[in-house]
Amino acid sequence: MSIPNNLRYTKSHEWVRLEGDGTATVGITQHAQELLGDMVFVETPAVGRKLKQSEECAVVESVKAAADVYAPIAGEVTAVNPELESAPEKINQDAYEAWLFKLKPDNASDLDKLLDATAYQNIIESEDH
Amino acid sequence: MMAKMVDFGGWDMPLHYGSQLDEHHKVRSDAGMFDVSHMLAVDIEGQDARAFLRRLVANNVDKLTQPGKALYSCMLNPQGGVIDDLIIYFLTESHFRMVVNAGTADKDMAWMQAQRDELAPGLSITPRRDLAMIAVQGPNARAKVWQVVPGAQAETEQLKLFQAKLVDKYFIARTGYTGEDGFEIMLPSTDAVAFWNALFAAGVAPAGLGARDTLRLEAGMNLYGQDMDETTNPLESGLGWTVDLKSDRDFIGKNTLLESPVKKQLIGLVLIDRGVLRSHQKISTEQTRNEDEGEITSGGFSPTLNKSIALARVPLNVSPGDEVHVAVRDKALRATVVKYPFVRNGKVLVDLPS
Repeated sequence: MSIPNNLRYTKSHEWVRLEGDGTATVGITQHAQELLGDMVFVETPAVGRKLKQSEECAVVESVKAAADVYAPIAGEVTAVNPELESAPEKINQDAYEAWLFKLKPDNASDLDKLLDATAYQNIIESEDH
Repeated sequence: MMAKMVDFGGWDMPLHYGSQLDEHHKVRSDAGMFDVSHMLAVDIEGQDARAFLRRLVANNVDKLTQPGKALYSCMLNPQGGVIDDLIIYFLTESHFRMVVNAGTADKDMAWMQAQRDELAPGLSITPRRDLAMIAVQGPNARAKVWQVVPGAQAETEQLKLFQAKLVDKYFIARTGYTGEDGFEIMLPSTDAVAFWNALFAAGVAPAGLGARDTLRLEAGMNLYGQDMDETTNPLESGLGWTVDLKSDRDFIGKNTLLESPVKKQLIGLVLIDRGVLRSHQKISTEQTRNEDEGEITSGGFSPTLNKSIALARVPLNVSPGDEVHVAVRDKALRATVVKYPFVRNGKVLVDLPS
Protein backbone atom coordinates (compact mmCIF):
# COMPACT_ATOMS: atom_id res chain seq x y z
CA MET A 1 0.00 0.00 0.00
CA SER A 2 1.61 3.25 -1.07
CA ILE A 3 1.24 6.39 0.99
CA PRO A 4 1.62 9.52 -1.16
CA ASN A 5 4.71 11.55 -0.27
CA ASN A 6 3.13 14.87 -1.16
CA LEU A 7 0.49 14.73 1.58
CA ARG A 8 0.47 15.28 5.33
CA TYR A 9 -1.30 12.94 7.76
CA THR A 10 -2.81 12.69 11.25
CA LYS A 11 -2.83 9.87 13.76
CA SER A 12 -6.60 9.75 13.29
CA HIS A 13 -6.13 8.83 9.60
CA GLU A 14 -6.92 12.06 7.80
CA TRP A 15 -4.78 13.28 4.92
CA VAL A 16 -4.17 16.96 4.02
CA ARG A 17 -2.88 18.50 0.81
CA LEU A 18 -1.80 22.14 0.60
CA GLU A 19 -3.03 23.58 -2.69
CA GLY A 20 -1.44 26.34 -4.78
CA ASP A 21 -4.14 28.82 -3.72
CA GLY A 22 -3.30 28.36 -0.04
CA THR A 23 -6.28 26.16 0.83
CA ALA A 24 -5.87 22.71 2.35
CA THR A 25 -7.81 19.70 1.03
CA VAL A 26 -8.79 17.00 3.56
CA GLY A 27 -9.76 13.35 3.17
CA ILE A 28 -9.40 10.01 4.93
CA THR A 29 -6.53 7.68 4.18
CA GLN A 30 -6.49 4.43 2.25
CA HIS A 31 -5.77 2.66 5.53
CA ALA A 32 -8.91 4.16 7.15
CA GLN A 33 -10.97 3.23 4.11
CA GLU A 34 -9.74 -0.36 4.31
CA LEU A 35 -10.60 -0.60 7.99
CA LEU A 36 -14.11 0.74 7.48
CA GLY A 37 -15.01 -1.15 4.31
CA ASP A 38 -17.89 -0.31 1.96
CA MET A 39 -18.79 3.35 2.48
CA VAL A 40 -22.49 4.23 2.45
CA PHE A 41 -22.84 7.73 3.93
CA VAL A 42 -20.74 10.85 4.31
CA GLU A 43 -21.68 13.93 6.33
CA THR A 44 -19.52 16.96 5.58
CA PRO A 45 -19.22 20.24 7.54
CA ALA A 46 -21.09 23.38 6.45
CA VAL A 47 -19.16 25.75 4.22
CA GLY A 48 -18.10 28.74 6.31
CA ARG A 49 -17.78 26.77 9.53
CA LYS A 50 -14.69 27.62 11.53
CA LEU A 51 -12.91 24.56 12.83
CA LYS A 52 -10.45 24.16 15.65
CA GLN A 53 -7.68 21.66 15.28
CA SER A 54 -8.88 18.10 16.16
CA GLU A 55 -12.53 19.19 16.23
CA GLU A 56 -15.06 16.60 15.04
CA CYS A 57 -16.27 17.96 11.74
CA ALA A 58 -17.42 15.13 9.47
CA VAL A 59 -18.70 11.57 9.69
CA VAL A 60 -18.03 8.69 7.34
CA GLU A 61 -20.22 5.62 7.68
CA SER A 62 -19.57 2.25 6.14
CA VAL A 63 -21.90 -0.72 6.16
CA LYS A 64 -20.32 -1.84 9.40
CA ALA A 65 -19.43 1.30 11.35
CA ALA A 66 -19.55 5.07 11.75
CA ALA A 67 -16.31 7.01 12.15
CA ASP A 68 -15.72 10.65 13.08
CA VAL A 69 -13.40 12.78 11.00
CA TYR A 70 -11.35 15.42 12.83
CA ALA A 71 -10.05 18.72 11.52
CA PRO A 72 -6.32 18.16 10.96
CA ILE A 73 -5.61 21.87 11.37
CA ALA A 74 -7.62 24.95 12.35
CA GLY A 75 -9.34 26.89 9.60
CA GLU A 76 -12.54 27.82 7.81
CA VAL A 77 -14.37 25.37 5.55
CA THR A 78 -14.41 26.74 1.99
CA ALA A 79 -15.83 23.77 0.03
CA VAL A 80 -17.16 20.25 0.42
CA ASN A 81 -16.99 17.45 -2.14
CA PRO A 82 -20.46 17.36 -3.75
CA GLU A 83 -19.90 13.91 -5.27
CA LEU A 84 -19.83 12.06 -1.98
CA GLU A 85 -23.50 12.66 -1.13
CA SER A 86 -24.64 10.35 -3.92
CA ALA A 87 -21.46 8.30 -4.34
CA PRO A 88 -19.73 7.68 -0.99
CA GLU A 89 -18.13 4.56 -2.51
CA LYS A 90 -15.68 6.90 -4.29
CA ILE A 91 -13.73 6.86 -1.02
CA ASN A 92 -13.30 3.10 -1.39
CA GLN A 93 -12.27 3.47 -5.00
CA ASP A 94 -9.57 6.09 -4.38
CA ALA A 95 -9.25 7.51 -0.89
CA TYR A 96 -6.65 10.10 -1.95
CA GLU A 97 -8.84 11.38 -4.80
CA ALA A 98 -12.19 11.46 -2.96
CA TRP A 99 -11.61 14.49 -0.73
CA LEU A 100 -14.14 15.46 1.95
CA PHE A 101 -13.69 19.22 2.37
CA LYS A 102 -11.33 22.14 1.86
CA LEU A 103 -10.12 24.54 4.53
CA LYS A 104 -8.58 27.98 4.55
CA PRO A 105 -5.95 27.37 7.25
CA ASP A 106 -5.63 29.84 10.11
CA ASN A 107 -1.88 29.22 9.88
CA ALA A 108 -0.46 27.45 6.85
CA SER A 109 2.56 26.54 8.95
CA ASP A 110 0.31 24.24 11.04
CA LEU A 111 0.63 21.72 8.22
CA ASP A 112 4.32 21.32 8.89
CA LYS A 113 3.51 19.92 12.33
CA LEU A 114 1.49 17.05 10.85
CA LEU A 115 2.93 13.63 10.03
CA ASP A 116 4.77 13.02 6.80
CA ALA A 117 4.31 9.83 4.80
CA THR A 118 7.07 7.94 6.61
CA ALA A 119 5.83 8.86 10.06
CA TYR A 120 2.28 7.89 9.10
CA GLN A 121 3.48 4.58 7.69
CA ASN A 122 5.13 3.86 11.04
CA ILE A 123 1.88 4.55 12.87
CA ILE A 124 -0.08 2.14 10.69
CA GLU A 125 2.54 -0.55 11.12
CA SER A 126 2.52 -0.17 14.89
CA GLU A 127 -1.30 -0.49 14.87
CA ASP A 128 -1.12 -3.69 12.88
CA HIS A 129 1.08 -5.46 15.42
CA MET B 1 -8.95 -16.88 0.95
CA MET B 2 -8.11 -13.40 2.14
CA ALA B 3 -10.63 -12.45 4.73
CA LYS B 4 -10.90 -9.58 7.18
CA MET B 5 -11.11 -11.48 10.46
CA VAL B 6 -12.78 -10.39 13.69
CA ASP B 7 -13.13 -11.85 17.14
CA PHE B 8 -16.75 -12.97 17.57
CA GLY B 9 -17.49 -14.36 21.02
CA GLY B 10 -14.05 -15.96 21.15
CA TRP B 11 -14.26 -17.29 17.58
CA ASP B 12 -11.96 -15.95 14.91
CA MET B 13 -14.53 -15.20 12.20
CA PRO B 14 -14.46 -13.70 8.72
CA LEU B 15 -16.22 -10.29 8.67
CA HIS B 16 -15.87 -10.06 4.91
CA TYR B 17 -13.70 -11.59 2.21
CA GLY B 18 -13.75 -8.59 -0.13
CA SER B 19 -16.63 -6.17 -0.44
CA GLN B 20 -19.38 -6.87 2.08
CA LEU B 21 -21.90 -5.29 -0.31
CA ASP B 22 -20.86 -7.59 -3.17
CA GLU B 23 -21.25 -10.59 -0.88
CA HIS B 24 -24.73 -9.42 0.08
CA HIS B 25 -25.86 -8.95 -3.54
CA LYS B 26 -24.39 -12.30 -4.54
CA VAL B 27 -26.61 -14.06 -1.99
CA ARG B 28 -29.72 -12.14 -3.13
CA SER B 29 -29.07 -12.81 -6.82
CA ASP B 30 -27.09 -16.08 -7.05
CA ALA B 31 -25.45 -18.06 -4.23
CA GLY B 32 -23.19 -17.34 -1.29
CA MET B 33 -21.86 -19.42 1.58
CA PHE B 34 -21.18 -18.79 5.24
CA ASP B 35 -19.04 -20.82 7.58
CA VAL B 36 -21.29 -20.94 10.65
CA SER B 37 -19.43 -23.73 12.43
CA HIS B 38 -19.25 -21.55 15.53
CA MET B 39 -22.92 -22.41 16.09
CA LEU B 40 -23.37 -25.51 18.20
CA ALA B 41 -25.36 -28.62 17.33
CA VAL B 42 -26.62 -30.44 20.42
CA ASP B 43 -28.06 -33.94 20.28
CA ILE B 44 -30.81 -34.78 22.75
CA GLU B 45 -31.25 -38.52 23.00
CA GLY B 46 -33.43 -40.77 25.12
CA GLN B 47 -37.01 -41.86 25.41
CA ASP B 48 -37.98 -38.71 27.34
CA ALA B 49 -36.63 -36.36 24.64
CA ARG B 50 -39.96 -34.99 23.44
CA ALA B 51 -41.43 -34.60 26.93
CA PHE B 52 -38.27 -32.75 28.01
CA LEU B 53 -38.46 -30.35 25.06
CA ARG B 54 -42.17 -29.70 25.71
CA ARG B 55 -41.13 -28.22 29.02
CA LEU B 56 -37.81 -26.65 27.91
CA VAL B 57 -38.81 -24.41 24.98
CA ALA B 58 -41.58 -21.91 24.25
CA ASN B 59 -42.68 -23.25 20.89
CA ASN B 60 -44.50 -26.58 20.84
CA VAL B 61 -42.41 -29.55 19.71
CA ASP B 62 -45.64 -31.47 19.17
CA LYS B 63 -45.74 -29.60 15.85
CA LEU B 64 -42.87 -31.90 14.87
CA THR B 65 -44.48 -35.04 13.52
CA GLN B 66 -42.43 -35.88 10.42
CA PRO B 67 -38.80 -36.97 10.81
CA GLY B 68 -36.50 -34.21 9.52
CA LYS B 69 -38.95 -31.44 10.39
CA ALA B 70 -37.49 -28.34 12.07
CA LEU B 71 -38.96 -25.86 14.54
CA TYR B 72 -37.70 -22.39 15.50
CA SER B 73 -38.13 -21.57 19.18
CA CYS B 74 -36.98 -19.52 22.11
CA MET B 75 -35.70 -21.12 25.29
CA LEU B 76 -36.92 -18.97 28.17
CA ASN B 77 -35.87 -18.51 31.76
CA PRO B 78 -38.54 -18.59 34.51
CA GLN B 79 -38.82 -14.79 34.26
CA GLY B 80 -39.86 -15.12 30.61
CA GLY B 81 -36.56 -13.71 29.29
CA VAL B 82 -34.91 -15.29 26.28
CA ILE B 83 -31.92 -17.52 27.14
CA ASP B 84 -31.42 -18.25 23.44
CA ASP B 85 -33.24 -18.74 20.17
CA LEU B 86 -32.63 -22.04 18.43
CA ILE B 87 -33.77 -24.60 15.90
CA ILE B 88 -34.88 -28.09 16.87
CA TYR B 89 -34.83 -30.94 14.36
CA PHE B 90 -36.95 -34.03 14.94
CA LEU B 91 -34.95 -37.05 13.83
CA THR B 92 -36.58 -39.93 15.73
CA GLU B 93 -38.76 -40.12 18.82
CA SER B 94 -35.63 -40.69 20.88
CA HIS B 95 -33.32 -38.30 19.01
CA PHE B 96 -33.80 -34.56 18.53
CA ARG B 97 -31.05 -32.18 17.39
CA MET B 98 -30.85 -28.55 18.43
CA VAL B 99 -28.73 -25.79 16.92
CA VAL B 100 -27.90 -22.95 19.31
CA ASN B 101 -25.99 -19.68 19.02
CA ALA B 102 -22.24 -19.59 19.55
CA GLY B 103 -22.07 -16.84 22.18
CA THR B 104 -24.70 -18.55 24.30
CA ALA B 105 -23.60 -22.17 23.80
CA ASP B 106 -21.93 -22.60 27.19
CA LYS B 107 -24.79 -21.15 29.22
CA ASP B 108 -27.30 -23.07 27.07
CA MET B 109 -25.53 -26.34 27.82
CA ALA B 110 -25.39 -25.58 31.54
CA TRP B 111 -29.08 -24.60 31.61
CA MET B 112 -30.20 -27.66 29.64
CA GLN B 113 -28.13 -30.02 31.77
CA ALA B 114 -29.58 -28.54 34.96
CA GLN B 115 -33.13 -28.95 33.61
CA ARG B 116 -32.31 -32.47 32.45
CA ASP B 117 -31.04 -33.46 35.90
CA GLU B 118 -34.35 -32.33 37.35
CA LEU B 119 -36.82 -33.46 34.68
CA ALA B 120 -35.28 -36.36 32.77
CA PRO B 121 -32.10 -37.71 34.34
CA GLY B 122 -31.90 -40.54 31.79
CA LEU B 123 -31.60 -38.17 28.85
CA SER B 124 -28.24 -37.57 27.17
CA ILE B 125 -27.39 -34.08 25.95
CA THR B 126 -24.35 -34.11 23.71
CA PRO B 127 -22.60 -31.07 22.18
CA ARG B 128 -21.46 -31.95 18.66
CA ARG B 129 -18.28 -29.92 18.26
CA ASP B 130 -17.23 -32.58 15.74
CA LEU B 131 -19.74 -31.11 13.27
CA ALA B 132 -19.10 -28.13 11.03
CA MET B 133 -21.94 -26.06 9.57
CA ILE B 134 -21.99 -24.30 6.22
CA ALA B 135 -24.96 -22.22 5.08
CA VAL B 136 -25.37 -22.02 1.30
CA GLN B 137 -27.94 -19.34 0.49
CA GLY B 138 -29.42 -17.69 -2.58
CA PRO B 139 -31.75 -18.48 -5.48
CA ASN B 140 -29.13 -20.81 -7.00
CA ALA B 141 -27.87 -22.24 -3.71
CA ARG B 142 -29.67 -25.58 -3.83
CA ALA B 143 -28.57 -26.28 -7.40
CA LYS B 144 -24.96 -25.56 -6.46
CA VAL B 145 -25.12 -27.97 -3.53
CA TRP B 146 -26.60 -30.62 -5.80
CA GLN B 147 -23.66 -30.15 -8.17
CA VAL B 148 -21.26 -30.82 -5.33
CA VAL B 149 -22.93 -33.61 -3.33
CA PRO B 150 -23.58 -36.73 -5.43
CA GLY B 151 -27.11 -38.01 -5.01
CA ALA B 152 -28.26 -34.99 -2.99
CA GLN B 153 -30.70 -33.69 -5.58
CA ALA B 154 -32.89 -36.79 -5.55
CA GLU B 155 -32.86 -36.84 -1.76
CA THR B 156 -33.48 -33.14 -1.03
CA GLU B 157 -35.35 -31.68 -4.01
CA GLN B 158 -38.70 -32.40 -2.35
CA LEU B 159 -37.72 -30.90 1.01
CA LYS B 160 -40.03 -28.09 2.04
CA LEU B 161 -38.91 -25.10 4.08
CA PHE B 162 -37.82 -26.18 7.56
CA GLN B 163 -37.27 -29.80 6.57
CA ALA B 164 -33.98 -31.67 6.66
CA LYS B 165 -32.54 -34.95 5.50
CA LEU B 166 -29.37 -36.89 6.13
CA VAL B 167 -27.63 -37.64 2.82
CA ASP B 168 -24.50 -39.72 3.33
CA LYS B 169 -22.50 -37.68 5.84
CA TYR B 170 -24.32 -34.41 5.05
CA PHE B 171 -27.24 -33.28 7.21
CA ILE B 172 -29.00 -31.00 4.73
CA ALA B 173 -31.69 -28.61 6.00
CA ARG B 174 -33.75 -26.21 3.93
CA THR B 175 -33.30 -23.38 6.41
CA GLY B 176 -31.37 -20.16 6.54
CA TYR B 177 -30.83 -16.71 7.95
CA THR B 178 -30.92 -14.57 4.82
CA GLY B 179 -34.50 -14.56 3.51
CA GLU B 180 -33.37 -16.52 0.45
CA ASP B 181 -33.82 -20.15 -0.46
CA GLY B 182 -30.95 -22.48 0.33
CA PHE B 183 -29.57 -25.04 2.69
CA GLU B 184 -27.80 -25.15 6.01
CA ILE B 185 -25.58 -28.20 6.02
CA MET B 186 -23.97 -29.96 8.95
CA LEU B 187 -21.11 -32.30 8.19
CA PRO B 188 -18.07 -33.80 9.92
CA SER B 189 -15.62 -30.95 10.46
CA THR B 190 -12.86 -33.06 8.90
CA ASP B 191 -14.76 -32.84 5.58
CA ALA B 192 -15.63 -29.15 5.84
CA VAL B 193 -12.65 -27.64 4.02
CA ALA B 194 -13.03 -29.96 1.02
CA PHE B 195 -16.77 -29.23 0.88
CA TRP B 196 -16.16 -25.47 1.09
CA ASN B 197 -13.58 -25.64 -1.70
CA ALA B 198 -15.92 -27.70 -3.89
CA LEU B 199 -18.69 -25.14 -3.41
CA PHE B 200 -16.24 -22.36 -4.23
CA ALA B 201 -15.23 -24.18 -7.42
CA ALA B 202 -18.95 -24.44 -8.29
CA GLY B 203 -19.21 -20.64 -8.12
CA VAL B 204 -20.59 -20.10 -4.62
CA ALA B 205 -19.25 -16.83 -3.20
CA PRO B 206 -17.75 -16.88 0.31
CA ALA B 207 -19.59 -14.38 2.48
CA GLY B 208 -18.74 -13.11 5.95
CA LEU B 209 -20.49 -12.07 9.13
CA GLY B 210 -21.02 -8.57 7.77
CA ALA B 211 -23.18 -9.70 4.87
CA ARG B 212 -24.88 -12.25 7.12
CA ASP B 213 -26.02 -9.38 9.33
CA THR B 214 -27.33 -7.11 6.53
CA LEU B 215 -29.12 -10.07 4.92
CA ARG B 216 -30.85 -11.19 8.11
CA LEU B 217 -31.80 -7.60 8.96
CA GLU B 218 -33.45 -7.14 5.54
CA ALA B 219 -35.18 -10.49 6.08
CA GLY B 220 -36.48 -9.22 9.44
CA MET B 221 -34.90 -12.04 11.42
CA ASN B 222 -33.99 -11.47 15.04
CA LEU B 223 -30.40 -11.52 16.23
CA TYR B 224 -29.86 -12.83 19.75
CA GLY B 225 -28.17 -10.28 22.01
CA GLN B 226 -29.49 -7.36 19.96
CA ASP B 227 -33.19 -7.81 19.30
CA MET B 228 -33.78 -9.98 22.36
CA ASP B 229 -31.91 -11.32 25.36
CA GLU B 230 -32.50 -12.57 28.89
CA THR B 231 -34.05 -9.26 29.94
CA THR B 232 -36.58 -9.02 27.13
CA ASN B 233 -39.95 -10.64 26.68
CA PRO B 234 -40.28 -12.57 23.39
CA LEU B 235 -43.77 -11.07 22.97
CA GLU B 236 -42.15 -7.62 22.87
CA SER B 237 -39.44 -8.84 20.48
CA GLY B 238 -41.47 -9.83 17.43
CA LEU B 239 -41.37 -13.47 18.48
CA GLY B 240 -44.96 -13.99 19.57
CA TRP B 241 -45.50 -16.32 16.62
CA THR B 242 -42.97 -18.72 18.15
CA VAL B 243 -44.51 -18.79 21.63
CA ASP B 244 -47.26 -21.33 22.11
CA LEU B 245 -49.66 -19.92 24.70
CA LYS B 246 -52.69 -21.76 23.31
CA SER B 247 -52.09 -25.35 24.34
CA ASP B 248 -52.29 -26.24 28.03
CA ARG B 249 -48.66 -27.42 27.88
CA ASP B 250 -46.60 -25.83 30.67
CA PHE B 251 -43.19 -24.57 29.59
CA ILE B 252 -40.52 -22.69 31.48
CA GLY B 253 -41.38 -18.98 31.52
CA LYS B 254 -45.01 -19.44 30.51
CA ASN B 255 -46.57 -18.26 33.77
CA THR B 256 -44.58 -15.04 33.78
CA LEU B 257 -45.50 -14.34 30.15
CA LEU B 258 -49.19 -14.82 30.94
CA GLU B 259 -48.93 -12.42 33.89
CA SER B 260 -46.84 -9.71 32.20
CA PRO B 261 -48.63 -7.04 30.20
CA VAL B 262 -47.19 -6.54 26.73
CA LYS B 263 -46.30 -2.85 26.34
CA LYS B 264 -43.91 -2.79 23.41
CA GLN B 265 -43.58 -4.28 19.96
CA LEU B 266 -40.86 -4.78 17.40
CA ILE B 267 -41.42 -2.79 14.20
CA GLY B 268 -39.42 -1.98 11.07
CA LEU B 269 -38.06 1.46 10.18
CA VAL B 270 -36.94 2.88 6.86
CA LEU B 271 -34.90 6.06 7.15
CA ILE B 272 -36.25 9.02 5.16
CA ASP B 273 -33.34 11.43 5.77
CA ARG B 274 -29.75 10.69 4.83
CA GLY B 275 -27.70 8.72 7.34
CA VAL B 276 -27.41 5.28 8.86
CA LEU B 277 -29.53 3.85 11.67
CA ARG B 278 -27.57 1.88 14.30
CA SER B 279 -28.58 -0.19 17.29
CA HIS B 280 -29.33 1.65 20.56
CA GLN B 281 -30.35 4.90 18.89
CA LYS B 282 -33.41 6.39 20.63
CA ILE B 283 -36.76 6.91 18.95
CA SER B 284 -39.40 9.54 19.59
CA THR B 285 -42.77 9.94 17.92
CA GLU B 286 -43.93 13.04 16.11
CA GLN B 287 -46.36 14.03 18.86
CA THR B 288 -44.20 14.00 21.94
CA ARG B 289 -40.52 13.99 21.00
CA ASN B 290 -40.01 11.94 24.12
CA GLU B 291 -36.76 10.06 23.78
CA ASP B 292 -37.67 7.29 26.18
CA GLU B 293 -40.29 5.88 23.89
CA GLY B 294 -38.34 3.47 21.79
CA GLU B 295 -34.98 2.18 20.75
CA ILE B 296 -33.43 0.63 17.69
CA THR B 297 -32.42 -2.95 18.39
CA SER B 298 -30.73 -3.62 15.03
CA GLY B 299 -29.94 -0.95 12.48
CA GLY B 300 -27.82 -0.63 9.43
CA PHE B 301 -27.60 -0.04 5.74
CA SER B 302 -29.78 -2.15 3.47
CA PRO B 303 -27.87 -2.90 0.27
CA THR B 304 -31.06 -4.08 -1.47
CA LEU B 305 -33.09 -0.96 -0.64
CA ASN B 306 -30.05 1.32 -0.84
CA LYS B 307 -31.40 2.98 2.31
CA SER B 308 -30.88 2.58 6.01
CA ILE B 309 -33.32 0.28 7.83
CA ALA B 310 -33.79 -0.93 11.38
CA LEU B 311 -35.72 -3.09 13.76
CA ALA B 312 -36.91 -1.12 16.77
CA ARG B 313 -38.77 -1.75 20.02
CA VAL B 314 -41.51 0.89 20.40
CA PRO B 315 -44.83 1.36 22.24
CA LEU B 316 -47.90 -0.47 20.95
CA ASN B 317 -49.60 2.71 19.67
CA VAL B 318 -46.99 3.12 16.91
CA SER B 319 -48.32 1.78 13.58
CA PRO B 320 -47.05 1.18 10.06
CA GLY B 321 -47.07 4.43 8.10
CA ASP B 322 -46.25 6.58 11.14
CA GLU B 323 -43.28 8.88 10.98
CA VAL B 324 -40.89 8.81 13.95
CA HIS B 325 -37.68 10.60 14.82
CA VAL B 326 -34.43 8.83 15.55
CA ALA B 327 -31.68 10.53 17.52
CA VAL B 328 -28.52 10.19 15.45
CA ARG B 329 -25.64 12.13 16.97
CA ASP B 330 -26.91 15.72 17.29
CA LYS B 331 -29.80 15.32 14.85
CA ALA B 332 -33.35 13.94 14.83
CA LEU B 333 -33.69 12.01 11.58
CA ARG B 334 -37.09 11.07 10.14
CA ALA B 335 -38.00 7.42 9.59
CA THR B 336 -41.15 5.65 8.42
CA VAL B 337 -42.58 2.75 10.39
CA VAL B 338 -43.10 -0.36 8.24
CA LYS B 339 -44.17 -3.92 8.70
CA TYR B 340 -41.12 -6.15 8.19
CA PRO B 341 -39.59 -8.23 6.57
CA PHE B 342 -38.05 -5.68 4.26
CA VAL B 343 -36.84 -8.19 1.66
CA ARG B 344 -37.65 -11.83 0.91
CA ASN B 345 -36.52 -13.96 -2.00
CA GLY B 346 -34.83 -11.04 -3.71
CA LYS B 347 -37.94 -8.84 -3.61
CA VAL B 348 -38.51 -5.61 -1.68
CA LEU B 349 -41.66 -5.99 0.43
CA VAL B 350 -41.97 -2.53 1.99
CA ASP B 351 -43.18 0.74 0.51
CA LEU B 352 -40.22 3.06 0.38
CA PRO B 353 -40.45 6.67 1.46
CA SER B 354 -39.64 8.82 -1.57
